[in-house]
Amino acid sequence: MSLTTESSTNFWLTRPFSERSTQIFLSVLLAALALVTILHVAVPPDNPLHVGAYTVNLFGKYLSYALLAVAVDLVWGYLGILSLGHGAFFAIGGYAMGMYLMRQIGERGTYGHPVLPDFMVFLNWDSLPWYWLGFDMAWFAFAMVLIAPGLLALVFGFLAFRSRVTGVYLSIITQALTFALMLAFFRNEMGFGGNNGLTDFRELLGYNLRSNDTRLGLFIATGVALALGYILCRAIVTSKLGRVCVATRDAEARTRFIGYRVERFQLFVFVVSAMLAGLAGALYVPQVGIINPSEFSPIFSIEIVLWVALGGRATLYGAVIGAILVNYAKTIFTGVMPDAWLFALGAMFVLVTVFLPKGVAGLFRYLKRKTRDDHPPKEATA
Amino acid sequence: MSLLQSLTTRDRVFDFMAPQASPVDVRHGPILYMEDVSVSFDGFKAINNLNLTIDDGELRCIIGPNGAGKTTMMDIITGKTRPNEGSVWFGSRHNLLQMNEPDIASLGIGRKFQKPTVFEALSVFENLELAMAADKRIFPTLTARMTGEIKDRIDEVLGTIGLIELRFQPAGILSHGQKQWLEIGMLLMQRPRLLLVDEPVAGMTEQEMERTAELLTGLAGKQSVVVVEHDMGFVRSIARKVTVLHQGSVLAEGSMDQVASDPSVVEVYLGADDEEAA
Amino acid sequence: MRRFLSLGLLCLLLFSVTVTAQAQTSATVEADDAAALELLEALDVRSYPAKGEAIIAILQSDDERARDWLQSLLDGRLQRTDDGRFVVVLENRGRDWPVADALTGEPLGDMSRRDLDRIGINNALRNQLRSAIAVVDLYSPDVERRRTSATRLLGEVDEELAAPLSELIAEEEDAQVKRRLTQALAIYQVESGELEGVETLRGSLHPRVRVALNRAANGDDPIIADAANEALISIEQNLKINRGLETLYFGLSLGSVLVLAAIGLAITFGVMGVINMAHGELIMLGAYTTWAMQQLLPGQPGLALILSIPAGFMVAALAGVAIERSVIQFLKGRPLETLLATFGISLILQQLVRTGISPLNRTVITPEWMSGSLVVNDALSLTLNRMYVLGFALVVFAGLMLIMRRTRLGLEVRAVTQNRAMARSMGIRATRVDIMTFALGSGVAGLAGVALSQLTNVGPNLGQNYIIDSFMVVVFGGVGNLWGTLVAGLSLGVINQVLEPWAGAVLAKIIVLVFIILFIQKRPRGLFPQKGRAAEG
Repeated sequence: MSLTTESSTNFWLTRPFSERSTQIFLSVLLAALALVTILHVAVPPDNPLHVGAYTVNLFGKYLSYALLAVAVDLVWGYLGILSLGHGAFFAIGGYAMGMYLMRQIGERGTYGHPVLPDFMVFLNWDSLPWYWLGFDMAWFAFAMVLIAPGLLALVFGFLAFRSRVTGVYLSIITQALTFALMLAFFRNEMGFGGNNGLTDFRELLGYNLRSNDTRLGLFIATGVALALGYILCRAIVTSKLGRVCVATRDAEARTRFIGYRVERFQLFVFVVSAMLAGLAGALYVPQVGIINPSEFSPIFSIEIVLWVALGGRATLYGAVIGAILVNYAKTIFTGVMPDAWLFALGAMFVLVTVFLPKGVAGLFRYLKRKTRDDHPPKEATA
Repeated sequence: MSLLQSLTTRDRVFDFMAPQASPVDVRHGPILYMEDVSVSFDGFKAINNLNLTIDDGELRCIIGPNGAGKTTMMDIITGKTRPNEGSVWFGSRHNLLQMNEPDIASLGIGRKFQKPTVFEALSVFENLELAMAADKRIFPTLTARMTGEIKDRIDEVLGTIGLIELRFQPAGILSHGQKQWLEIGMLLMQRPRLLLVDEPVAGMTEQEMERTAELLTGLAGKQSVVVVEHDMGFVRSIARKVTVLHQGSVLAEGSMDQVASDPSVVEVYLGADDEEAA
Repeated sequence: MRRFLSLGLLCLLLFSVTVTAQAQTSATVEADDAAALELLEALDVRSYPAKGEAIIAILQSDDERARDWLQSLLDGRLQRTDDGRFVVVLENRGRDWPVADALTGEPLGDMSRRDLDRIGINNALRNQLRSAIAVVDLYSPDVERRRTSATRLLGEVDEELAAPLSELIAEEEDAQVKRRLTQALAIYQVESGELEGVETLRGSLHPRVRVALNRAANGDDPIIADAANEALISIEQNLKINRGLETLYFGLSLGSVLVLAAIGLAITFGVMGVINMAHGELIMLGAYTTWAMQQLLPGQPGLALILSIPAGFMVAALAGVAIERSVIQFLKGRPLETLLATFGISLILQQLVRTGISPLNRTVITPEWMSGSLVVNDALSLTLNRMYVLGFALVVFAGLMLIMRRTRLGLEVRAVTQNRAMARSMGIRATRVDIMTFALGSGVAGLAGVALSQLTNVGPNLGQNYIIDSFMVVVFGGVGNLWGTLVAGLSLGVINQVLEPWAGAVLAKIIVLVFIILFIQKRPRGLFPQKGRAAEG
């Protein structure tokens, strides 16, 4: 809920801290991070309360998905742009990180080449392609984690929003975008490891990726990134710019007529969202140990949208809930009865859109309103 | 490839760095000047050699039967539709045909749609806040602060349109008439030089209509107002000068009485609608 | 090797004349089995040259079983049992093979493959055998056999064969065999320095003719080389045209598939505005209907295929109606939600097929009359199944056009899409129209599936592969415009095929996708946009 007059602070970046929902979200998130850390470090492994390295890793993966879902909710919930291609930004961020991790392997690869990753030696390449240069430096690679997806979003969004491609059309071409990228990354000639992608990572910033401490560190880093990403998105949506976004979502033409260059606002938010997705991808890759073209698959992108829809559109915290819920369910299902997972996923798509259009967050708010029948909170429509 | 061209044309990519639009020059008379404008959709001529001038501070009513081209005319002025030929000038300096919607809006042309469109998910207050004349580029908007001055200005408009008590309600719950006023209020926040108002009293009660008439006549003088309306009673109550459109061009122009006695006007309206002919 | 072969051919020709004579006077020759056994024994030696001699010996013998022996030897089916008998393996699949006696032709029942020894040959012998069989076949009464063997002789003619070949050409009645033999002779003429051979070869597109001309063009005789060069240039040009035609054909074929997949979508998405992400799975259902029909009617793939056309339509249409009634109708006016819900349905349908039938691809048989190809010339042959699908796509398109333009349903659909409230007030039952339209669009997807089952693998992912392409086609052509879909589908197919040779299949697809993405951004309403007020909504 965006308050304009009662805000105690008026600086846009600190505004979210005065919101109750953000306070609750951050407390819960930090508490969860602390709890997992304590249960992992302080509780001995034979105690049933102990959280193993595998679980920490799994939670870290969920948190990176949650950040991705927040990025999607920013554009879908507040800007009304249903991107079916956000997996592409996620994957590109992941590849940027993967390239750094590949270069870190150095001579320890199977072929022992000092510079070239194994798959390039295998393909008989004799030098690094130009776009691999610089990825041995952490600062450059980490910058590319944001810049590469941001740049793609900038070019794509510039063309799309300038021609006022919106609604279903935009959804379809974002899907085509990620599909085209998937096909491209499958090609060995692209220089990203083709089918197999990038894997066999050793260390990140000198820390061994296989050690439990690194895993815990990555988990905490992902949690912090989620918190920061959440605050940034909240700051955007509670600013006047956020209200312009909502205005654009609900009446694009009207927003133009009162003097806003809608396409630039769309572009700005789209690029921010893509960068967040890239960051999520970069945090995801070292935790799962591989990045391959399947992250570009249109199905993955559309699944992200389901997380947001299930959690509740245009709330941001709903996106986090949805991402964690769906992926937890996926872990359970694929372990117990893998065949049923796609049925469950499909059913979720149908049930959420038909019966729970405002998601879990909408359910919360409905229950809250029933118990404490105060002022009617305003909600996103359509 | 023109796509590439537009990417390389510096003023397209960096036009947010261009100086703000200079104020409207009305020393040479009219604030809006349309000459020989024609536009057609699939061979159907919606506007046909239209000539129209609006003076600074004038309140002009435009009437005409359905399909006379009233809405299309507004679309052309606000940059939504590009005419096939003709010229449209705002003051003597700004060629509207070379500008897009937000540019035209920030130049000081406000428009109220036939169907009231307000931002339903936002509160009444926020609707007005967004409409307010301000730096509407991205970063100023992102870092915009709510100051006492802005609040006062919004409250002032809220008073004018009578929506003070509803200020924190979502605009979606307003009644039809209230939405119309909110839209007019949003226009006022823009401090436009020229207001285009499409059917402001459609679906309003007598009382609401009177209030709207007061509002619009109060605006004239400070601003130029163009009202498109079907309701003849309402037009008679506010109009000083009336333009009759028919089949995309001007059929008659003058005071309400002059126009009403024009035989060609009578012919066009005859049998069309008794209420309108009254 | 060449000399070795020609020796055989010389002997062979002497023999062949007698063989044909004998064949006409019926098999009065009492086959001397002992002699025949000797001939075969000679094959079962280590040395390959010795085997070559043995083959010649078989040819020279006037045994009428010679061709069968040679063919079996070539196919590796002439084998020897442990007790030294020669047998022909009839079918070498599985562990036990049915065999027949090589001498008497009597079936001997199944034998374990471990009890059999194959008589091995090498590539040189394989070539020798093929040529030998080709020459034998030239005298065969079967036209097809003569055609194959005549083609086989291109570039294989030598001095000894040249003279009798002229006679054969004179006697030959089939034009095609005659042309081939003439060309074969001409190649020999070119090789032996006769200029007129080049003239004869000028119009031919066969690769072996080009090989011969190329050799001549690089040869010592300047006159012949010049003539050959000239002939080669004209052949090259001719080939280029044929290659262009072939690309066009493949492009149109791919395009017709795209049109078929997209045309149903053009109805549900283009006309009704419903985003049905399960459209691909409706196509899949159509393909599986064909498979099921062939399971029901074993041995009659053609009939099953024809019956699948109405059945596939009905199955997909019913599935479509079920989707519309159960989900889509509750999401009216919320296109993005419809997209998500139908995507969920597509996942469920895919998984249903995976668990209910199999995650693996099913085999759908192509009926006899649809397999094979239409040979236009040596460089261009058009596969029949693609031609049928192309025709089918056009028929479906024409049918849909008729329905939309000429029937009451079409009129009502157009009325409802333009102004729902008004149409209802005029007594059109909008809900019924919705159902019918959706059924029509879905049914056409089923038809696409029936057609696709003849071209691609039928598996659970069949539809998924087409959904993005279909949307691209509809959007590229202009939503709401059936002609646009046709033009867009065919042109995208052709563009894809034109790009493929120099970009590769995957890159061609990427280029096409990027092209459409850019195109939509330039012209958001497609090739044939709807104009005016209605389009603004």
